[in-house]
Amino acid sequence: MADLTAGLTAGLRPYRAVLSSRIRSQRSYRANFTIDLISSLLVGIVELAEVAVLFLNVDRLGGLEFTQILIVFGLADMAFSLADLAFGHCDNLPTYLRAGTLDVFYLRPQPLLLQLITSDISLRRLARALVGLVALISGLVLADLDWSWSAVALLVIALVSGTTTFAAMFVWAAGAQFFLIDGAEATNAFVYGGRYAASQPASVWNRPLTVLFGFFFPMAFTAYLPVVTLLGLPGSDLLPAWLGWCAPLAAIWTWAMALLAWRIGVRHYQGGGG
Amino acid sequence: MTTSSPIISTEGLGRDFKLRDGLRRRILTAVDDLSFSIQPGEAVGYIGANGAGKSTTIKMITGILVPTRGEVTTCGLRPMADRRELARQIGVVFGQRTQLWWDLPVRESFTILAAIHGLTPAEERARTEELVDQLELAEFLSTPVRQLSLGQRMRAEVTAALLHSPRLVILDEPTIGLDVLSKQRLREFLVAERADHGTTLLLTTHDMGDVERLCDRVLLVDRGRLVWDGTLSGLSRTVGAQRVLVVDLAASTPDLVDVPDTQHLGSEGSGLRQRLAFDPEATTAAKVLAAVSERVEVLDLAVEEPDVEDVVRRVYAARR
Repeated sequence: MADLTAGLTAGLRPYRAVLSSRIRSQRSYRANFTIDLISSLLVGIVELAEVAVLFLNVDRLGGLEFTQILIVFGLADMAFSLADLAFGHCDNLPTYLRAGTLDVFYLRPQPLLLQLITSDISLRRLARALVGLVALISGLVLADLDWSWSAVALLVIALVSGTTTFAAMFVWAAGAQFFLIDGAEATNAFVYGGRYAASQPASVWNRPLTVLFGFFFPMAFTAYLPVVTLLGLPGSDLLPAWLGWCAPLAAIWTWAMALLAWRIGVRHYQGGGG
Repeated sequence: MTTSSPIISTEGLGRDFKLRDGLRRRILTAVDDLSFSIQPGEAVGYIGANGAGKSTTIKMITGILVPTRGEVTTCGLRPMADRRELARQIGVVFGQRTQLWWDLPVRESFTILAAIHGLTPAEERARTEELVDQLELAEFLSTPVRQLSLGQRMRAEVTAALLHSPRLVILDEPTIGLDVLSKQRLREFLVAERADHGTTLLLTTHDMGDVERLCDRVLLVDRGRLVWDGTLSGLSRTVGAQRVLVVDLAASTPDLVDVPDTQHLGSEGSGLRQRLAFDPEATTAAKVLAAVSERVEVLDLAVEEPDVEDVVRRVYAARR
């Protein structure tokens, strides 16, 4: 255990160095950073407005009212933004591959994936997380919940699992880039499409979509299912309400898939398996 | 670790690449049956034409690529299996790719790399100071990497690769694109680093100045195979590369076309300076000089060593 802690501390020391460098540099390019923050904020607000506009025409969507959708949106968006903050630059892997920068990672005494994750951090994505947080809080206040410890626990579990699930999606996409030339378009459909799916009520999906984003890429587990459980709603045939507590399992499943994709990708790069 | 065990050794090393050429597949052998060993403290130039297999070899030595055949041991370790342990002992400079954080000040990259290599604050400070001083980085330490000139960036790259005091430094085209002064500075640094720390150097280059000034041994590869392992002058002798005697004469002289065993290359200043090529196997510089002195008074002279690009060309030509 002591070894593990020491190992983790040593592993994260570069991350702390990167983080403090980023904070320092963003402080010195303050105007630039502010513009970045505001533009991310605007994108978040527009997406929230999209949901609001939809509810000008309908009262309910997939059995959820606007305030309830707000919780789903908030939870999904916040989880995604936090994952994006820490893991989003995994999207840079194709650039690294093309420029040969990945070779440099091989020459450092740390696991490749850890280096990719800790090589950078995009603080501007905090703005998106803020939009999610505001949506989540307003939804929770407006929905008039019966607060209990189990409700709090469910929310915390959902947020942590959701963030972890989205993080795994970034890693999965990165692993796939080793095989695909200009494959970012293809994987983005699932990563960013998944994010969009996560902020919707999964009950409106047809069967194939439910299998894809309900279970294979378990987007329904990041927000919709926990909210259904939280609000005591019935759920649907394929997605019963009790699944809301299973968000951690979804996170574990996604990570298993992500690490497998990464492993196969790295093997392919080195020419061992390919 | 005893000094007698090699720092790099390869035995029958080979690597194939599968290429897809339309519908057909073919196999390209980038490196084949490569066996050599390098002792700690040596400085070795690894030369050959583009596509001769230099980078592939380096990738196998450093654990980036899996060999298709054969064995490679680096610093007594298996490059792929012990990659992380090996990374602590080697430093690699890629002339055409960067390991610096392009939008952060140079200093920040060093801090992050020191953290990655787990240097203590004292080690980090001492080594950074040493390198900053020797490579003259002080003036641009707080400049973002993207704003550096190529020469400045290369010096920063070298610092980044050497921050953890590796015993083996591998440089892949370190002087590519640099101006004469920057090249000179980098070479002087590498010579000093080797003298001070006993660092082993392995460099691939197209610049024969690098080999002449830095290396005491040359490995020449052609189409993935090792065709020469020895000194540079030995290589030149083997392929019969010519040396050139340049003489400055006291008076204008007609072209010296009749000096035995030489070939007149040209004259400048209406015959005041003349260039004579000769084969070191057939005659000596002294004999040629004596022959010239019989004809006209010689004020000054210089002997030009063979251009190594020319040597490489000759080796390739002889093998085809």
